[in-house]
Amino acid sequence: MGETGILAALPMNEFVFFINKGLIAGLIIGSVYALGAVGVTLIAGILRFSHFPHGDMMTAGAFFAFILTLLFPTAGALFGLPTPFVLMPLAMIATALFAVGIDRVFYRPLRANNVKPIVIVMASIGVMLMMQGLIRLFAGTEARQMETGSKDIYRIPFGGRDIVLTEPQLLLILFTAAVVVALHFFLTRSRMGKAMRAMADNADLARISGISTDHVVRTTWIIAGGLAAAAGTLLALDVSLKPDLSFNILLPIFAAAIVGGIGKPYGAIAGGLLVGFTETLAVFNWGVLLRPLQPFVPEWLELPQKLAFVPTEYKIVIPFFILIAVLIWRPTGIFRGSLVK
Amino acid sequence: MISYRTRALVLVSGTAVLVALVFAWLGAAYGVRMLVEASCFALIALGLTIQWGYAGLFNVGVMGFIAIAAFVSMLVSYPVNDLFWNSDGPGLLCWAFLYAAIGVALTYAASQTHRLGLPKKYRTLLTLIVGAASYLAVTGALDPAATLIEAEARFVGGFGMPVWLGWLLGGIAAGALGWAMGRITLGLRADYMAIATLGISEIVKAFLKNADWLTKGTLTVSPLPWPVPTPNELGFVMSRASYLAVTSILIVVVYVLLERAWASPWGRMMRAIRDNELSAAAMGKDVNRRRLEMLVLGNFIIGVGGAALITFSTIFDPGSFQPLNHTFLIWVMVILGGAGNNLGTILGALLVYIVWIMSEPAALFLFEHGANLANHMFGWEAPADLATRALQMRVFVIGLVITLVLRFAPQGLLPEKVVKYE
Repeated sequence: MGETGILAALPMNEFVFFINKGLIAGLIIGSVYALGAVGVTLIAGILRFSHFPHGDMMTAGAFFAFILTLLFPTAGALFGLPTPFVLMPLAMIATALFAVGIDRVFYRPLRANNVKPIVIVMASIGVMLMMQGLIRLFAGTEARQMETGSKDIYRIPFGGRDIVLTEPQLLLILFTAAVVVALHFFLTRSRMGKAMRAMADNADLARISGISTDHVVRTTWIIAGGLAAAAGTLLALDVSLKPDLSFNILLPIFAAAIVGGIGKPYGAIAGGLLVGFTETLAVFNWGVLLRPLQPFVPEWLELPQKLAFVPTEYKIVIPFFILIAVLIWRPTGIFRGSLVK
Repeated sequence: MISYRTRALVLVSGTAVLVALVFAWLGAAYGVRMLVEASCFALIALGLTIQWGYAGLFNVGVMGFIAIAAFVSMLVSYPVNDLFWNSDGPGLLCWAFLYAAIGVALTYAASQTHRLGLPKKYRTLLTLIVGAASYLAVTGALDPAATLIEAEARFVGGFGMPVWLGWLLGGIAAGALGWAMGRITLGLRADYMAIATLGISEIVKAFLKNADWLTKGTLTVSPLPWPVPTPNELGFVMSRASYLAVTSILIVVVYVLLERAWASPWGRMMRAIRDNELSAAAMGKDVNRRRLEMLVLGNFIIGVGGAALITFSTIFDPGSFQPLNHTFLIWVMVILGGAGNNLGTILGALLVYIVWIMSEPAALFLFEHGANLANHMFGWEAPADLATRALQMRVFVIGLVITLVLRFAPQGLLPEKVVKYE
């Protein structure tokens, strides 16, 4: 009997609200950042440059999925899943090929000329602008819904109020978990995965040990492009398809890659989740959690109704501060990534 | 091989012909306006060429530095807002500043507690807690002040000081922000500076856009005072021409000083650092310190140019700052004109800016006629937002120019003059 008494006294409503708006939201956006950051960290580790068009590559991947959905609108019904998710593997392949093609046309000639890495970064900014221009030229600037019709919603009863999770969110979480496992086995068990790790650790040593640079570079782009497409599609499925995402998602992804340590895929995943959680918890209204305490504090002390660390419109500040803090205290990141100059 | 002199001559005369064409076609008032804006961009491009061409620093946050300089210039030179000074606003703001000062002092004290024998991990924890608490206290004090100012006085207003002082302080603000960026990112991977400057420019924009009590936000502040008589007093052509005189003098001064500096031992040291960092460091040069110097100097010039640009437009609109117009366009000017060559940069700025503003009507014209043609031939229905989409074509072209120049003409139109010491 005493147990129910304690349960009743516990602020269950507020706690569930915190799980929904704080933890689940953080997990969702963190997973998107993680999928993007894996690509960025691999490119930065192996090709030694920061890949600025990554945000637009995500958008491009989402658009591939969107076009496929328009072409085969009934594919989802076969599996009982959202159509864009079923067609996502095709979009991933398309984006991976696209990424390899961009590398051929724009980055490889510069690498062959032995330019400074910073020049390739600049070229990547040029590519970013071209992709932005093309996407907005063909798709306009307004947001679209990936799939018409309502999303399935799962409600898990939890002490009075429900924990709410939509189908796209569940798919995103499951997909990210699957990627982590697959990436782990690929990097530790397969020949190519080991070659990639060797290349990220010491490019010259890897080359004289007979590892083919071309193969490794191609695989890197395939993984980065595919994961970017998946992240873009899943994000668009959860919220909406926005053609002008780029900078707003680029900064958290860079922050995640640097926090995790350049060239460390596990670090990128941890960093993505860290940035995602910090971002959501910083804009979360902690006043809600304090509300149940009101009866217990003295009358003169009024607890604030709204207590968020950062107003929502300044959300972009958070990844930036994480980035700055890491650069000041631990430039190699949590997982001790490479720090090539 | 065309000699440097011929190249420069062809470029100068080509630019002159273009300018003359614009004057003949669109009239003197428009032509002078274009020249003033181009000269402001040339000033900004000179600042960027110091950073990229002389020091090899990759600053992708030009927009943010322009915005902060324009804001400071607006704050200094805009007429005094009596409504604000007569309200409770200044008092409340004073309290907020006092809180901030106390918070900073307490946080600093907490970060020094290891001297009293506190273990390091508790010190970090204590510092974080004190920092977060004082941050919340400051925002808690600032919020009512902001609400009150917005309700009673719209915004803080300015200090009514001379415009040149505004430009100077704007440049200093941009330089100070660059100094902070440089302190953090110099000495790390070169890309980190690009990421950090990109981030700070987006943050500056977000701040200026949302701090309504300081900048009126999306409502915009206008008219900004000019350093020269306004069109109401002198007419469009004369007032704009006198503005052009001011910016031209600035360009000449900066150009002469830079050429002198570049030929001096200081310039030689900078080239050495850029071309071979390792051997320069081995000769005892403090590489990162010198780079910081360059970053701050370049940012100062970017700031002055940016303040001049926004002052000329007479309207301070935080939403109008776009990475494309205020960062990447300037990058195209610098790398196309010739990074590390001051004359090339100035000419590049003029050329690119003329092409840029002519490209807007050109793109609209092309797309409209293309859509009409497609409609006639295939019955294709153009989307309703064709005009906004047509302008996106310019984003694509800017990106294409950057990649093409880097690959096929990394030296730009006027390559850097290699100085030989006999």
